[in-house]
Amino acid sequence: MSSITPDLIARNRLTQSEYDKIVSLLGREPSPTELGIFGVMWSEHCSYKSSKIHLKKLPTRSKLVLQGPGENAGIIDIGGGYCIAFKIESHNHPSFIEPFQGAATGVGGILRDIFTMGARPIAVMDALRFGSLDAPRTKSIVKGVVSGISHYGNCFGVPTIGGETVFEPCYNGNPLVNVFALGVAKHGDIFYGRATGIGNPVIYVGAKTGRDGIQGASMASEEFNAESSSKRPNVQVGDPFMEKLLLEACLEAMKTGAIVGIQDMGAAGLTCSTCEMGSRAETGVEIDLKYVPQRETGMTAYEMMLSESQERMLLVAEKGREDEVFAVFKKWGLDAVTIGTVTDDGLLRVKHNGEVMAELSNRALADEAPIYDRPHNAKPYRANAPFDAPDFAPSADVQADLIRLLGSPDLCSKRWIWEQYDHTVRTNTVQGPGSDAAIVRIKETGTSVAMSLDGNGRYCLLDPREGVKLIIAECCRNLSVVGAEPVAATNNLNFGNPERPEIMAQLVEAVEGMSEACTFFETPITGGNVSLYNETLGEGIFPSPVMGIVGLLPTAVPVPMEFPKAGLQVLLIGGLRIDENLQRFGGTQYAKNILNTIWGLPPALDMDYEKRVQTAIREIARAGVAASAHDLGDGGLGVALAECSFGGVGAKIELNANVRADLLLFAESPSRVIVATSDAKAVQAIAQKHGVECLRLGETMRERLQIRNGASTLVDASIAELKCPWSTALESSLAS
Amino acid sequence: MKFGVVVFPGSNCDHDAFYAASANAGQQAEYIWHDSPSIANDIDCVILPGGFSYGDYLRCGAIAKFSPVMAAIKKFASAGGPVLGVCNGFQILTESGLLPGALLRNTQLSFVCKNVRLQVATTDSPFTCEMTKGSTVTFPVAHGEGCYTADQRTLDQLEAEDRIAFRYLDNPNGSARNIAGILSEGRNVLGMMPHPERVCDPLMGSVEGLALFQSLIASVPALSSSSSK
Repeated sequence: MSSITPDLIARNRLTQSEYDKIVSLLGREPSPTELGIFGVMWSEHCSYKSSKIHLKKLPTRSKLVLQGPGENAGIIDIGGGYCIAFKIESHNHPSFIEPFQGAATGVGGILRDIFTMGARPIAVMDALRFGSLDAPRTKSIVKGVVSGISHYGNCFGVPTIGGETVFEPCYNGNPLVNVFALGVAKHGDIFYGRATGIGNPVIYVGAKTGRDGIQGASMASEEFNAESSSKRPNVQVGDPFMEKLLLEACLEAMKTGAIVGIQDMGAAGLTCSTCEMGSRAETGVEIDLKYVPQRETGMTAYEMMLSESQERMLLVAEKGREDEVFAVFKKWGLDAVTIGTVTDDGLLRVKHNGEVMAELSNRALADEAPIYDRPHNAKPYRANAPFDAPDFAPSADVQADLIRLLGSPDLCSKRWIWEQYDHTVRTNTVQGPGSDAAIVRIKETGTSVAMSLDGNGRYCLLDPREGVKLIIAECCRNLSVVGAEPVAATNNLNFGNPERPEIMAQLVEAVEGMSEACTFFETPITGGNVSLYNETLGEGIFPSPVMGIVGLLPTAVPVPMEFPKAGLQVLLIGGLRIDENLQRFGGTQYAKNILNTIWGLPPALDMDYEKRVQTAIREIARAGVAASAHDLGDGGLGVALAECSFGGVGAKIELNANVRADLLLFAESPSRVIVATSDAKAVQAIAQKHGVECLRLGETMRERLQIRNGASTLVDASIAELKCPWSTALESSLAS
Repeated sequence: MKFGVVVFPGSNCDHDAFYAASANAGQQAEYIWHDSPSIANDIDCVILPGGFSYGDYLRCGAIAKFSPVMAAIKKFASAGGPVLGVCNGFQILTESGLLPGALLRNTQLSFVCKNVRLQVATTDSPFTCEMTKGSTVTFPVAHGEGCYTADQRTLDQLEAEDRIAFRYLDNPNGSARNIAGILSEGRNVLGMMPHPERVCDPLMGSVEGLALFQSLIASVPALSSSSSK
């Protein structure tokens, strides 16, 4: 008598053909518990079934990469006997349902991925996407997400040193919360999620298991509908203090030498950690649920295996040395219990109340999920964006436009957000939030690591392939401006429903563009996350890949972004590069905020020129000849010059370009960096050496920003006039 | 001299205090675990660092005051030993009764992390004797519960006895009378919300916090000869 009904299959979010594959792999019908285990392991979130064949196109190796994708985090060598582990992960769906806990546990999850590997987390950054500020729930989602990140990261004691925040109506019903974390470890102290050594004990440590978060991974693998808010019980609750204890206890236990493998219980909890550790080591894992610490009574095997209670880890210790591990966890006041053993049969065997509730192949669960080559033979979806530029008159008042742009949600200061994050704890923050790239020094090596997080959904909507390349170029440029050499990347692929060919086409285009740019800029992907089904009521988000790129640099007091004093030469490394093709203007912040529309294509990128600009600016920064440096990004030259002035020193800029003023100031052409210097000759010589234009823009001066083009004055404003809307916009729009 | 840095399970500025005392100020330092029943004889100054002691889901420091190490620190302080509590350390000192008053949630009800300008309000203490009275220093704050509160009589008394060590020039949390740090009656216990240990290294943008360590280094020999500890 079969207990598996089509309804039960559907409730475990499996298709009939996936179910048939399970039956053929098992050679029998699964039990309901087994079906639940397959349901989460074969979910999009855990199995990457729609993206896997495309992710294979990404470059993953370089001489610095010690660990590529497939582990809890990627690892690269930073020299001096140390390495860094880093990754980005999304917590989009939970953050819509319950913003505070969704975001908080997003931070918790990625931190565990880092310290699972033996690395102490030393930096966090966030890429956030919210709906339009006048949409009904946006303000409460913003406040909830920010306080959730603040709550978790601050208590844990990791500095949140940067990130980016964008507002766009497409995220009204589907915000994005992507959290990047980076940790440092000694070579040889790296741990992997492998259940090696037949007969070794499998030990559960950390928080007790409850009914929270059951099937969270499956929830993250479907679209939202009107009933989604009823899924609040699927969102986990975070306890950052517990996480801090877990961090210290794990790092200390690792030092005993008694641990052979360790993995955090994140998505799909106990299920995922057991079968993945077994699968990687080609072993079996047998556990008895009666030993699992529980904070609720009467839990079924299904509930325990699928619970996503936070702050838990699974580790495998050397047989006979359990007591060394237990002693450390006892010191930190944490549960540590042997719940099973490593076996030689390759099976995940789950016992409960004396009965075998599941007996499944670890390989089948972790590595044999169906892989889909979903149809993508369609034009990537572009919402309502036309290709051709509308007929828009040249701006009559670019100064008013500039002031409006500076106070617009994407370009205004995000101080209100990052002042709620502890960004100086651990005393490594050489450069914190609000700069082109964040920098932490590594005390152990005397060198530093810079990191930059970037995405641009508008560019990617217009051309996913070119959009991603621009994002990667921007990240690498951000790093180069502070003197860092980009070395490796992590990616978060946020897209809509992959079962729609025009969405799948966005994903494929983006991955292929990413592959090309990451190969060109020599920043292999060492891991990341795919978040699909970001749709609510059939309305998908803009294709929103987010890149986190890290770079290495010698430790030094950083070159500031703001003009430090009057009387310096202002140079534009890379040259003006204004594209008069209006089609290339449709993805800009000007088009968004002043014209309220989107069209055409993203700005054109010449990767070869871009790379030379980066090499030049890196050399300029390191040579100490730049008094300030800031790269041009969203908002173009006008916004960048204003940002350089916000320290109180402005500039008198004299241009001589035969081009419309709105394009001149607000086109977002890449490959440009503003440098202020007292040694223009040295800067020019470096630019020339790399075949890069170095245009003199003017001179810094006190208190005003003046921009003239030929005979016409485009901007003549006090810095206060420009800075006030920029610094107050976010706070006042959240207050209203 | 030798600093003892207390480690509660949720301390997260313990490494920073240790690094500032040792690598930046050039002194010896060791950690003191929260269940230690006593303070070793060779410790010249105890630092209660920032963090979240035991999670602080109740009032900050409300559980920490019951920890074995706090009983030991009370003894150390009553014998004249200098105790510096920063951020969570300040909260624990008020909860333990080593300092008067309490730290409430910031008036804006959110966590705040930024550099704030402080006025050095007194130099009559082992923590500030190498600073200049009335001068301005800039230290970072990073806290959600830093709004210093006490009854009027206590506030008046603190002022009358010159026990306000630092005042905010731009009050980030609503503290009464702009109080950023206060001294005990014996002047050997200092609690402050701003983090001097975060500005002891030129790479962190400033070394103004070092003056606090230098004050201790200058005053500790006198303290230990005048007390039995």
